[in-house]
Amino acid sequence: MKTVFLPRQSVKPRAKTVSYFVSPEGALFHLKRGRQRCGVLCATFMSERIGNWPLGSAVYPQAGPIANPLTAPNPHKTPSTVAKEDEHLLVAAAKGGDLSAFNELVSRYERKIFRLTMNITRNREDAEDAMQDAFLKSYSHLKDFEGSSRFYTWLVRIAANEALMRLRKRRPNQFSLDEPIPGDNDELIPRDIEDWGPSPEQRFGQTEMHDILSGVIDELEPSFRTVFVLRDIEELSTEETAKIVGISVPAVKSRLLRARLKLREKLNRYFRQGGVH
Amino acid sequence: MNCNAATREMSNYIDGDLSVTLRQELEVHLHDCEHCTVILKQVEMTVELFCDAEPVDLPGDVRARLYEALRSKLAK
Repeated sequence: MKTVFLPRQSVKPRAKTVSYFVSPEGALFHLKRGRQRCGVLCATFMSERIGNWPLGSAVYPQAGPIANPLTAPNPHKTPSTVAKEDEHLLVAAAKGGDLSAFNELVSRYERKIFRLTMNITRNREDAEDAMQDAFLKSYSHLKDFEGSSRFYTWLVRIAANEALMRLRKRRPNQFSLDEPIPGDNDELIPRDIEDWGPSPEQRFGQTEMHDILSGVIDELEPSFRTVFVLRDIEELSTEETAKIVGISVPAVKSRLLRARLKLREKLNRYFRQGGVH
Repeated sequence: MNCNAATREMSNYIDGDLSVTLRQELEVHLHDCEHCTVILKQVEMTVELFCDAEPVDLPGDVRARLYEALRSKLAK
């Protein structure tokens, strides 16, 4: 079977043929129109978990049409809970050599992985290379993925390592991510506190807010930024973050505190009443 | 607990990573200290803003090169 990689924008809305992959945990259906893939449907054997479902719609009069989360108008807006439902099916299919299943995983996570590599490297060329290598490595090492964590978490580890490798290479003499932070015993109490007024999310548009957040995180030193990105944006555990960055758990906690305080201070410029716009 | 100690524990407090005793000490301090209460609230808001921010779409050229790399290297 020939697999065609398609960016999501090229997805056609209606399928003419269906091919499927069945595993003990559920089934994965590839929808195609001619040679073009136009969607993926996943089914898990929910009935085994919640008991026997009686047949007949009259039993569930409230039941309505079920939207396909993968072909919804804005699939990236769907929360990770949706991804968790079928992620293991896509991974199982990809492990079996189904490139279109892997393509679906790439399509699902490309934006988040690029944000991660961009946040760590703050260099578009490095971020792009790190993202590409992360996806390629994840495919070639899929057989080593045992499923004890989410595929996305595993992918984040690979992408973070790729990004950190490039960051260290580009700035070998400036600092080391694993060296102690000077001034660890300094007083931390922030001095500039001002009322932020109404919710910043209501005061700023989405694009403006994105620019503000991108600008302030760019100003953080890499040793703080990396820990903040892994812990607060990617939501990795303290232990996982420590392992990836190569520092101790207390060092992760210390840097996370400082990163959060520094970001608050930088955001204060924008969010205080009458601040910079 | 003074303001410096309270600030040092804010991050662990947000993450639910404090012992019961330390959490209670911090909450007693926060009850009496408006300065630290505002700081804590703004730090929490800072974390939420970054956590909730949706990643933007990949630039077109970056996306095209990603899929080209996948096509050329994986489809072999």
